[in-house]
Amino acid sequence: MTSREEQVLERIDRARRRKARVREEHITMAHGAGGRATQTLIEAVFLDAFRNPLLEPLEDGAVIQVPAFTAPGGACARLAFTTDSYVVSPLFFPGGDIGDLAVNGTVNDLAVCGARPLYLSAGFVLEEGFPVEDLRRVAASMARAAAAAGVAIVTGDTKVVQRGKADGCYVTTAGVGLLDRDTRLGVARARPGDAVLVSGPIGEHGVTIMLARGELDIEADVTSDTAPLNGLITALLQATGAVRCLRDATRGGVATILNEIARASDVAVVVDEDAVPVRPDVRGACELLGIDPLYVACEGRVVVVVAGEAAEEALAALRGHPLGAGAAIIGRVAADPPSLVLLRTAFGGTRIVDVLVGDPLPRIC
Amino acid sequence: MMRFVDEYRDADKARALSAAIAGLCEPGRTYTFMEVCGGHTHTIYKHGLEDHLPESVTLVHGPGCPVCVIPMGRVDDAIHIAERPGVIMTSFGDMTRVPGGRGSFLDAAARGADIRMVYSPLDALKIARSNPDRQVVFMAIGFETTTPSTAVTVLRAAAEGLRNFSVMCNHVMIIPAITAILDSPGLRLDGFVGPGHVSTVIGCRPYEFVARDYGRPLVVAGFEPLDILQAIHMLLLQIAEGRSEVENQYARVVPWAGNPRALRAVDEVMEPRPRFEWRGLGSIPRSALRIREKYAAYDAERRFDVPGGRVADPKACQCGEVLKGALKPWECKVFGTACTPETPIGTCMVSSEGACAAYYNFGRFSRRRVREASREAPREAPR
Repeated sequence: MTSREEQVLERIDRARRRKARVREEHITMAHGAGGRATQTLIEAVFLDAFRNPLLEPLEDGAVIQVPAFTAPGGACARLAFTTDSYVVSPLFFPGGDIGDLAVNGTVNDLAVCGARPLYLSAGFVLEEGFPVEDLRRVAASMARAAAAAGVAIVTGDTKVVQRGKADGCYVTTAGVGLLDRDTRLGVARARPGDAVLVSGPIGEHGVTIMLARGELDIEADVTSDTAPLNGLITALLQATGAVRCLRDATRGGVATILNEIARASDVAVVVDEDAVPVRPDVRGACELLGIDPLYVACEGRVVVVVAGEAAEEALAALRGHPLGAGAAIIGRVAADPPSLVLLRTAFGGTRIVDVLVGDPLPRIC
Repeated sequence: MMRFVDEYRDADKARALSAAIAGLCEPGRTYTFMEVCGGHTHTIYKHGLEDHLPESVTLVHGPGCPVCVIPMGRVDDAIHIAERPGVIMTSFGDMTRVPGGRGSFLDAAARGADIRMVYSPLDALKIARSNPDRQVVFMAIGFETTTPSTAVTVLRAAAEGLRNFSVMCNHVMIIPAITAILDSPGLRLDGFVGPGHVSTVIGCRPYEFVARDYGRPLVVAGFEPLDILQAIHMLLLQIAEGRSEVENQYARVVPWAGNPRALRAVDEVMEPRPRFEWRGLGSIPRSALRIREKYAAYDAERRFDVPGGRVADPKACQCGEVLKGALKPWECKVFGTACTPETPIGTCMVSSEGACAAYYNFGRFSRRRVREASREAPREAPR
């Protein structure tokens, strides 16, 4: 590599660090894909308008100190608070439906803050003509998922819009949870030498949805991995105090999460392709469609960054839980080159794993 | 182990080939090869193939990326059709982000046009069947690889007597593009990695002039990383032995004579245009296809009035030089700063097969710094 090329790379790096700007005049599907366009929209529109110290880290949920309630020992109680909307199409798919997805998604967003999820709200936007029987199925599924996660759905809202103004049923959930221990987690806390783990095989939810739409004429025995991760995460946090960061790898997949970590912590994340668990059916479908499983959504997998010396301990804790049986150490955090995710390919080469610009697969959750 | 995939991505075999390649390189000499096909460019970056090549071997990325060669005027024409009332425009996913003079398909969709992504022209036909009151147009792009499926789709539409389906034909041909590159001044290439999928249709014979008239070896190669490494090895072997021939590394898929049935279907439905404007390469005679008069009812350019205007490429954009292999992606003035995958100025930054997008998405890092940094880090063993 010539030094001129390195100069160009540095210039690009500076350009990427500049403040995000939305150039489009209208919202495009790319703004909802979870990649760079979503990030730009959030930073340039929402963060700009709502800016405050709790929102600024742009984690999966906000952690709030509540002075009025004191936890045992006299410390301030810490609450985690999050919200998420679900527009998945189709509403029912192998392994789950929009109902359990909406409960598990919010439970997981609280769990990765290190919180014990407690209470959820549920808001419904229903299209005129939507079958009541389907709504009953969604509600029953939400009730089962809430019971499995140990949370209660304690408030809600319903709106109906004219036919054609929505697609069947959209669900929005919000949730609060309590941080029992003094865990400090965040995407900016990764340090060189840390290990990176995933709690199981990746890409199952995304591939399931893609195939369930029936547009591809591909059949594979894949079901969504949607599941509540609070039990698994509690087991992990009890086993080791050395966890730096937890994120559930939803829209944009593991690759997007790793990029957020690399950028926020100003470190390199180096992943070994051989070590990333992917089921053969998922890999086969991705190979046929030319999609990298690293970018495909999961709904029941957590990415863990843990101090290097605690990696084995963390792996054992994950594998000791039924939802973490397929956990693996997939890579390491390094100092250089900062803000990049690198993949050491099975072929013996190295490449970047960048943030996706758009999603080949809209409306995945 | 995934059969028919993993055996072509084996790191040990790659290391053995890499050593053989290094052994064939004469000390003090450099070798420059062009991989014509964008699929190869994608594979090279996706698997980090250049890590297996000695510094004296340089790969130059050619014009074989279907999206990259579409000029802005054609995108504008397609959007003009898409914005007519009652039209459903369909195309491949990559096409939706290609910028025209008035934005891309995505922008047109945000303004209200009905634009749908399909995986095959037959999907567009399905949409036409289930929307009899709408006009469904398929924006057809691609080299000889995808041309037969467009031709077969038109034949099927004609057989069914569908009246609401048409094709905007932008199919291009690889041989005129290779010739344009061979004739462009100041270009030094030692050989070509020939396109694999295109050759399943046209075979290997059409490349013979490259070896015979221009004295450059050409090896048709498959799309797995070991295929490409082996093709490079075969090119170096020809050079070492003083040969200049067309060879077929991808014989497991590519018949020497191509696919006569596919060629017949294309010939039935389409004919060469007198000229076609290529993004960056300019106007090349008899380099693209249009729908024959016989199938005029299925030709979107005849069914709808299209402005057919020529839109000049943006001044700052050097896609043409990149497509000819005269510039490395990072040598373009706007690469990575004004022109990125989010805000592409040139087409090479759009498709995953485009040289600029492949370099930006997969190769945008200093190999020297990574080598230094990875000295301490052990590799994770698969468990």
